[in-house]
Amino acid sequence: MSRQPVIVGVSDAPTHERGRALPGTHVLNMQRDCANEALAEAGLTMADVDGLAVAGMWGMPGPGAMQPNLLTEYLGIRFPKWLDGTNVGGSAFVLHAGHAYEMIKAGVCDTVLILYGSMQKSQAARSLGGRPALFSNQWDMVSGLPSPAGAYAMAANRHMHEYGSTRETLAEIAVATRAWAGLNPKAAFRDPMTLDDVLNAAPIVDPLGRYDCCLVTDGGGAVVMTTAERARDLKTKPIYVLGHGESASHVNINYMPNMAHLEVAEQSSKRAYAQAGRGPKDMDMAMLYDSFTITVLLTMEALGLCAIGEGKDFVKGQRTAPGGDFPMNTNGGGLSYCHPGMYGIFLLIEATRQLRGDAGARQVEGLTNAVCHGTGGVLSSGATVVLSNARD
Amino acid sequence: MSYDKPVPAIDPDSAPYWEGAKKGRLMIQRCNATGQTFLYSRQLVPGVVESEVEWIEASGRGTIYSYTVARRPAGQAFADMAPYVIVSVELAEGARVMSNLVTDDPDSVAIGQPVEVVFDKVSDELTIPKFRRI
Repeated sequence: MSRQPVIVGVSDAPTHERGRALPGTHVLNMQRDCANEALAEAGLTMADVDGLAVAGMWGMPGPGAMQPNLLTEYLGIRFPKWLDGTNVGGSAFVLHAGHAYEMIKAGVCDTVLILYGSMQKSQAARSLGGRPALFSNQWDMVSGLPSPAGAYAMAANRHMHEYGSTRETLAEIAVATRAWAGLNPKAAFRDPMTLDDVLNAAPIVDPLGRYDCCLVTDGGGAVVMTTAERARDLKTKPIYVLGHGESASHVNINYMPNMAHLEVAEQSSKRAYAQAGRGPKDMDMAMLYDSFTITVLLTMEALGLCAIGEGKDFVKGQRTAPGGDFPMNTNGGGLSYCHPGMYGIFLLIEATRQLRGDAGARQVEGLTNAVCHGTGGVLSSGATVVLSNARD
Repeated sequence: MSYDKPVPAIDPDSAPYWEGAKKGRLMIQRCNATGQTFLYSRQLVPGVVESEVEWIEASGRGTIYSYTVARRPAGQAFADMAPYVIVSVELAEGARVMSNLVTDDPDSVAIGQPVEVVFDKVSDELTIPKFRRI
């Protein structure tokens, strides 16, 4: 039990001007600052780090193709015992936490740094255009499917067709998430929003409008994991990682087995719950990747927070907003807080802060268990972790 | 006539699809062991260990499995088309194919509507199978 993996440090990079990195920041010193801050709050230093997990889209083609090597060098980590550069899209960091769980538990390494940084807004690097239509992309790109929004729009239309969810269902999610962002001083968009604001916003890809889509921002973050035994001497309240799971099914939305049912999340969360010995009914809050509002709707159903097709009732009447029955995406999400391209690390950071009681104005009282689920690609990959502030 | 939109990077797995389109045939793959049909084209059957794959000509008929209307185009190359419709068509044979729906009335598109293939010769090198409602 002494090697029970825990999260002991978290940090997210400050931004200004609606999600732009501070002057003097680049993608490496941003990650250094996040790493140092997350280590410092636990009372650790870079010298304690013996495992590193990173993913990102920067520096490619070029040194960014081998990010674990580059960050080991840049941060001066001496001969790490474990490296992970798995990139399965924005879910990657939740998957890294699951892998770190196994490595720490097995004694391969003691202190893991999970790290992410992105300057996509400042560098206007988001554009996915101009790439060759390779492999299975031949069909999507020749058809002019806007990526990734068009793929999520197809899933949304299919979900609406099968289960009677509506644009109002999706708007409930956008509005609740914005209300949480209003309580997060680091959120890029904090002004209150109404259902009508969402429904009347500029259409992008039917049925998704502007506020159904995540932000494009800079940003970065760090998560530090170690053993419960080591955490006894550290400064923060340890948050237990109790279970994890991951899966993947496709690259292009046309080959998603069932566009109305996020089976990768169902598979991944089943394993996480079983390992944790806690199920969806035990979860007091959820951090669900919100690249688009439909991502959240599909994920909550797949994770068993409600039955398949019943997400429309789960979110109705702002049930997931501040003061509602079920707190969800309490940092303001990718929809209103930040979305630097790969958002998954922020799910872990926020759940940790909430479970510790460190979430400031947005703190939810009485929390014990949280589920984090990251989605990558176009509903392509999924990774789940179950976190708790109580081991037993 | 020059075509300024993205063109497929045709590879050995996908060549029969695009060659077929030039001849007015919608080509899909079928597993000889299970009979299942599929795209995108690969020289293996997903999930079937021992199997042979053959190319067959599809009927060209199917129904809309899902769709989206792009109000904002996928880059400048598609700006002249917006708003335009991208469909995932479930063919009568079972395989799903993604393409454009040719229509002047994107607001009336719905899942389940029957469609048939049409061939859009966009250049001497490329003919794109698209769909229209029937």
